[in-house]
Amino acid sequence: MKAVVTVMLKAGVLDPQGEAVRHALGGLGFQGVQAVRQGKVIELDLVHSDRAAAEADVRAMCEKLLANTVIESYRVEIA
Amino acid sequence: MKAAVVTYPGSNCDRDLAVALTRAGFTVARVWHKDTALPPGTDVVGVPGGFSHGDYLRCGAIAARAAIAPAIAAHAGRGGFVLGICNGFQVLTEMGLLPGVLMRNAGLRFVCRTVALTVGTADSAFTGGYGPGAAIRLPVAHHDGNYVADAATLDRLEGEGRVAFRYAEPVNGSARGIAGVLSENRRVLGMMPHPERASESAHGGTDGARLFAHLAALAVTAHGA
Repeated sequence: MKAVVTVMLKAGVLDPQGEAVRHALGGLGFQGVQAVRQGKVIELDLVHSDRAAAEADVRAMCEKLLANTVIESYRVEIA
Repeated sequence: MKAAVVTYPGSNCDRDLAVALTRAGFTVARVWHKDTALPPGTDVVGVPGGFSHGDYLRCGAIAARAAIAPAIAAHAGRGGFVLGICNGFQVLTEMGLLPGVLMRNAGLRFVCRTVALTVGTADSAFTGGYGPGAAIRLPVAHHDGNYVADAATLDRLEGEGRVAFRYAEPVNGSARGIAGVLSENRRVLGMMPHPERASESAHGGTDGARLFAHLAALAVTAHGA
């Protein structure tokens, strides 16, 4: 079973890297990019066969390590 | 009095911190991140600057879950002193011993220079050697020193006089110019500037030495040693 975790900065947290990417896109002539937010995608290969158990485990992993919930939110997809 | 300085893979200010603590009068033990206990009688734990575990995932995130981490948390829980400098500050926030997060510098550049700071409070073992509002100069060297916390947390830190140091010039975009913060019991300090790199005249500045000297004096009082 695979899990995909998407970690993004919470709304309202300034993202200096995303802002730099937005600026660079403008420099390349891509007009009309109002905002860029940069995050992380983490893929996990799991031995789990039970979907609910896998999701519960991955959520615990997010809380304990994969995301810093002070500034980041996360989304878990089990595939 | 005894200090323990932790070394993680990538730490590069651990020796400097050990030297500064030794010169202030501490007996310093070096602790490896895979150790699971601090030496008996440790008064102060130093979490040094540099890098840790490649700073993968987030700066300090892996180190905050190292084998030694529960012993550091237990030491802090007992009211022990903990000093985290630069990457060490990042580790302490990731451990949840200090509020907030150190994000990428607002200017996106690694900042490596000596900066002007003001001492936010003299009410701590670390800052008591400076007058409140004292102007000092310490080196910084970091890419992720942009202190971020929500407004309520920042208000609380300021209201409780827990901002230990503030930048007196633009450095990294830190919220309210915060360069160092204290825990609620004022015994855990995290700071981005490097006092250990300004602790003898050959360093080009000695403003950092007072932090270690005052800490040494207070650690004696606290333990009657």
